[in-house]
Amino acid sequence: MSAPSGEATRQPRLGALGTARFVWRQLTSMRVALLLLLLLAVAAVPGSIFPQRDQDLAGVATYVEENPALAPWLDRLSLFDVFSSPWFSAIYLLLFISLVGCVLPRSKQQWTAWRSAPPRTPARLERLPEHRTVLAEGSREQVLVRSAETLRRSRYRVQVRPDDGSGSVAAERGHLRETGNLVFHLSLVGLLLALAASSLLSYRAEVVVPVGQGFTNTVARYDTYNPGVWVQPDDLPPFAVQLQDLSVEFEEEVGGQLGAPRDFQADVLVQRPGAEVEPDQIRVNEPLHTGGAEVYLAGNGYAPVISVTDAEGRLVYSEPTPFLAQDDAYSSTGVVKVVGSRPEQMGFTGAFLPTADFDDVLGPRSVFPDARDPLLLLTGYEGDLGPVNDGRPVNVYELDTRLMEQMTTEDGAPWSVALRPGDDAVELPGGRGTLRFGYPPDVVAAAQAAGEPASAVDPLPRFAGFTVRHDPGRIPALVFSVLAMAGLVASLFTPRRRAFVRVGREPEPDGRWRLDVAALARGEDAGLAEEVDALARRLGAPLAEPPPEAPAARSPEAAAAASPAPGGAGATSTTKTADRTGS
Amino acid sequence: MGESLASTSNLLVYSAMTVYVVAFVAFSLDLSGRGRAAAAAPSRAGALVGAGGAPAPSTGTTGAPAAGEPAHERRAAAAIGVTTTWLALLLHTGAVLTRGLSAGRVPWGNMYEFTLTGSAVVTAVFVLVLLRRDLRYLGAFVVGPVLLSLGVALAVLYTEAAELVPALQSYWLVIHVSVATVSSALFVIAFSANVLQLVQDRRERLALAGTPPRRGQFMDKLPGSVELERAAYRLIALSFPLWSFTLVAGAIWAERAWGRYWGWDPKEVWTFVIWVVYAAYLHARATRGWDGRRAAYVAIAGFVCLLVNFGVVNVFFPGNHSYAGIG
Ligand code: HEM
Repeated sequence: MSAPSGEATRQPRLGALGTARFVWRQLTSMRVALLLLLLLAVAAVPGSIFPQRDQDLAGVATYVEENPALAPWLDRLSLFDVFSSPWFSAIYLLLFISLVGCVLPRSKQQWTAWRSAPPRTPARLERLPEHRTVLAEGSREQVLVRSAETLRRSRYRVQVRPDDGSGSVAAERGHLRETGNLVFHLSLVGLLLALAASSLLSYRAEVVVPVGQGFTNTVARYDTYNPGVWVQPDDLPPFAVQLQDLSVEFEEEVGGQLGAPRDFQADVLVQRPGAEVEPDQIRVNEPLHTGGAEVYLAGNGYAPVISVTDAEGRLVYSEPTPFLAQDDAYSSTGVVKVVGSRPEQMGFTGAFLPTADFDDVLGPRSVFPDARDPLLLLTGYEGDLGPVNDGRPVNVYELDTRLMEQMTTEDGAPWSVALRPGDDAVELPGGRGTLRFGYPPDVVAAAQAAGEPASAVDPLPRFAGFTVRHDPGRIPALVFSVLAMAGLVASLFTPRRRAFVRVGREPEPDGRWRLDVAALARGEDAGLAEEVDALARRLGAPLAEPPPEAPAARSPEAAAAASPAPGGAGATSTTKTADRTGS
Repeated sequence: MGESLASTSNLLVYSAMTVYVVAFVAFSLDLSGRGRAAAAAPSRAGALVGAGGAPAPSTGTTGAPAAGEPAHERRAAAAIGVTTTWLALLLHTGAVLTRGLSAGRVPWGNMYEFTLTGSAVVTAVFVLVLLRRDLRYLGAFVVGPVLLSLGVALAVLYTEAAELVPALQSYWLVIHVSVATVSSALFVIAFSANVLQLVQDRRERLALAGTPPRRGQFMDKLPGSVELERAAYRLIALSFPLWSFTLVAGAIWAERAWGRYWGWDPKEVWTFVIWVVYAAYLHARATRGWDGRRAAYVAIAGFVCLLVNFGVVNVFFPGNHSYAGIG
């Protein structure tokens, strides 16, 4: 298996270690990081073009139906699961490996840089991009100390160097820039981990609840339930929510937005573990916190009460039956599964229209979401409903008619019925029983006799669609996002500057000291000149008016030679202009 | 009350557009060199006064000598442009406010209002930047798009004023959208600078090769590509944190409205894509071997994504925007 060692040594090769090092260096280079970033952007785009399973399962099903030839290929390329696809994952994992590989060494460098002294004071300060000369009073030591103090107050890290020639101060600021950049990149790693926690440890469930009913936080009660990989059914904290009332408002004014929803609010009673039952409210942007999970109001609709008796005259079905809205005017569809009827099980499918209208072209449909002229349209089936209570809850809204036969009238046409609330019960064909929109009259009478409110036997209660969500990753995700933004701002807007002050060799004839103040920036820095102006102003008085051969005033020799004539305000500005235009 | 406010708003939009046209013409005249007069620079007078049709000297002027704009030039047309832009902004702001009042809420509940408000913010950001820096040469490239988007808003996107659907009633949405608008405005202006930078870059290279471009002499009046590059970078550096904030605020809103902070909804996908592309731009500038020109292409790609996000995604891609029932 292993090659003879002699041969191996003869061959000039990188070796496994060398190759690895090469690949690593490439991977952590800026160029590859840039490439991966661009790739990431491109790779995300198909996720907005094709429907995604995670988010729109029905959309995927429709797409597959409409494009039977193309869809399997798209599926093979994970184009319906872009954001969990191997190629998308590969890109972002490589990117983050690159990021860590790039940022950790830089963090180490930064750690040492924090604590090292500012660089050597350049010999010729007049060569730096910004340079001013001022005159300061006091002893040499005092001048140095005052300069250091001024710089420190401008948030520089400062070192005084009395033995550096005639004495200088070196200062540096802007480490925050690199630190901010590192915090930003590291926070992105944290954010990725928080997202991972979200997808592994969270669960999300949906449940439809007619007014007057409730639900408990158990897997069996939910219509849909999507747990993260690491979530067990036992992990769900026990709580119960009872829907007391649901108020819904729609746009009434005739215009482009007639019927658009305006306000939804669910009044609920909440039973948290070990606590009293408490009333609460859930609105669209205001979820309910139950301790361990949030409950969101995600949708609403109508749950017409349907009552069915079978051939033996027994009341086998009598309950609010949610019909799911299919359009903005709440044209809704739903199914009724009558499990206990004899001789055979029955099923009904159909539509519910809150404000019914018969359009010549579109057929029956609803024209307004509120129940102004409600109408229930049903057709019936008889036979075997198949497994109903096997814990696969999505089936509640679909009727599997493979083992059933459609009910027909005597002339063989499919049987169908249109009902308004309070209509008399209709006979099912073939003496199979009766069907009614609402509770049977004896039930209503009993409820009234018992003093129950009319809403208890309302033939047309609304339902609320609740989303229950528990997500331990969201707070960390928020924290890291905020950190990342703080780092970003620090990194983009902290100027990195070095400033130096040098004291002249000899005091001027009037006893003051000549100070050279100079600074340079790393990277672009529009504010540098302003800052040096301000520093110069704080450190001393402007230099006296220089002799006509202004540019020469730059060198200490020439300045020393110039006679220190007292200069007025006009003289000051001239000095500065000369200084600036020359630099 | 609401009715009459809404029609006042429309009237103000038309007035603002009229004034924008004046501003646009003024800025364009300035670029063409007609509105300029060299006040106290006799040495330059020959080259600059009324240089409208005359070809500029073959080299030197192209890409503006490092010092940039001749300091002593009076630019009457540009001054008119700035004044009229302020006036237009005033009318435009009035239109936004009356629109908001007529609907009784923030004026960005639909695409018409978003465009109306967004373009006002573009103008506002531009005139505010003008207070600090002389970017008047960008005037035509900012006012032009603003005018165009107002036209599109009126012609294509117009919607009656009305309240919002419940999922849109959240102060996080207000924060999210307002920051997104300011950020987009900065990206728009940066885009203008990037495009001009590329044109200028091309002209400079042609001039270097000894074959100065024969058309588009007005470009000689603009700063060189290096300065334009720097201007674009500053704008994007300012905008990028705002866009990051947009992303986070949007996630917080989605968390509250739908119970998940990130769901790869088409809108979210594109907000993310835009963010990544501009991050790539910031990287590109710091990558050895990537000059300003290639970085500019990345920034322009980012801007195209911004347009896709607003124009295409809102209209064509299915998203989490049906609030009626359980989907
Ligand atoms: C998730 C992927 C990444 C994103 C979203 C990202 C984003 C950014 C952004 C927005 C900036 C500019 C702001 C600032 O200076 O802080 C930046 C700068 C920088 N990034 Fe990244 N980055 C990523 C990965 C990387 C990787 C893998 C590397 C190393 C190879 C890297 C190295 C740098 C460096 C050196 C700078 C400073 C550039 C300068 O001096 O202007 N980044 N990054």
